[in-house]
Amino acid sequence: MITAGVDVGAKYAKVVILKDGQVLARAKALVGFDLLKSAAEVFEVALKDAGLSRSDIQRVVSTGMGRNTVVQKPPINAEEAVSEVVSAAAGASHLIPTAKTVIDVGAEEGRGIKIESGRVKDFVINERCAAGAGTFIEAMARALEVKVEDMGPLSLKSVNAIPMNAQCCVFAESEVVSLIHSKISKEDVSKAIHDAIAGRISSMVLRVGVEKDVVLIGGVALDPGFKPPLEKELKASIIIPEYPEYVSALGAAVLAANPTR
Amino acid sequence: MAQTEVKLQEYWRWPEYRQTVSNVDWSHAKAITAGVDIGSVGSKAAVLVDGELYAYAAMRTGGVSEATAVKVTSWALEGTGLEIGKLHYVVGTGYGRVNVPFAKRTITEIACHARGAHYIYGPTVRTVLDIGGQDCKAIRCDDKGKVVSFLMNDKCAAGTGRGLEVFADLISVPIQEVGKVSLSVDQEPPPVSNTCVIFAKAESLALLRQGWTKEKVAAAYHAAMADRIVDLLNRVGIEKDFVITGGVAKNMGIVTRLENILKIKPLEPNMDPILAGALGAGLFARALYEKEQGLR
Repeated sequence: MITAGVDVGAKYAKVVILKDGQVLARAKALVGFDLLKSAAEVFEVALKDAGLSRSDIQRVVSTGMGRNTVVQKPPINAEEAVSEVVSAAAGASHLIPTAKTVIDVGAEEGRGIKIESGRVKDFVINERCAAGAGTFIEAMARALEVKVEDMGPLSLKSVNAIPMNAQCCVFAESEVVSLIHSKISKEDVSKAIHDAIAGRISSMVLRVGVEKDVVLIGGVALDPGFKPPLEKELKASIIIPEYPEYVSALGAAVLAANPTR
Repeated sequence: MAQTEVKLQEYWRWPEYRQTVSNVDWSHAKAITAGVDIGSVGSKAAVLVDGELYAYAAMRTGGVSEATAVKVTSWALEGTGLEIGKLHYVVGTGYGRVNVPFAKRTITEIACHARGAHYIYGPTVRTVLDIGGQDCKAIRCDDKGKVVSFLMNDKCAAGTGRGLEVFADLISVPIQEVGKVSLSVDQEPPPVSNTCVIFAKAESLALLRQGWTKEKVAAAYHAAMADRIVDLLNRVGIEKDFVITGGVAKNMGIVTRLENILKIKPLEPNMDPILAGALGAGLFARALYEKEQGLR
């Protein structure tokens, strides 16, 4: 059976095409103003890579912030939309069947999900505050004048713990500027930024409890500077699967293959 | 090679100012005191001669708070013949209150705002809403201007002056005018749905791209901000008379919407509401000085 998962996120749209549990293709692109159009473009790329057309796909399930924009709408015509929590749990369990805690940090949301025998038992979400999502690191990279992908490697070079007082993304921008003015190195500031967001994500996740195995997914998992402070805060080792940003899309494709779940 | 320099206007920048408000002869005064309010965004100095406002200045807080404290106080005293060394007693307040090198004491901005509001608006004030650059406080006080209870948001930029600055930059309208612009719509649009300033800014940008006018987006943004401030006020409980202090008290878009939601008209200030904290500190300074001198 061939299925597809379409994750229309706040920043990227991701598509995974799955055949009998094996990934045939994956594709992603920044979402523009028109969510349906952006998702459709990524969908086309994935289909092409897999050498398939829409009619070859038996079921499509969508997820993510813009999941409803692609349901029953050509060219994607998703059969069903599921919430990010459900797709993230399904994707993480598919890759790591022993996963009990899933931490999903995207561009504009952060989630902590507790799984019991493959089902979502409890979850917690931050969707209100940019300081607990990838946007935070991005905004701080702008203030620090470094590329967002350089933030993690920079932070790993620092061994100092500089506390950040600001909880808010807007206030933190000014704080980063004043740290630079007081001659704190970019490495140290970058570590302070990662420590700060790790502290916020961990305090959110601790509300549902942390049980092994702990799996980290979402775009922010690609930042190598995020895992070490998060492991320290949670006092647990964390597994990051390959292609962590596609896990929710994968989960949607897995769910599409099990319509009677 | 020809080069064109593009000068970007900083819409968030508000003008700095000073004024000598009375022509009393300070040389016969019993107590010349000052309150210096070092806020996160703006710094204010109020000089009082025997408990009456004499001169003041307001400017942006610079990178070094100590330097700003000296600068804003010296500026308030400019042309008066007074200098910092001649002040009998100075009280520091605000976020950077420990950084006023010539202050004898520091007092929290909560107490100073209540005291300052009592001076500006009179003894009937029971609820003071202070909306500053990086925080928002709802203060309940008694007929002496003493704090009874308060609630404060200093963690999140939503519902503070900083949130308005970000928005002024986004729509390229000077900060002093955004409030007025937000009122120039025929019908109030639904408020922006995001609380977080970062997300609300992205949402506003999307609305502009959808073809909404600046005015309509400004109305939606101001409405959301007013809703957030009302939540804080309702938690502390609102009692008449109600007043608004701090820089955002000058934004009619926020004030009008608060008035409409609360169905309570805030009292009109007879002096700059940005001075409440500094005034309160200056009044405390007078009381402390008179106590020190055995005058009361």
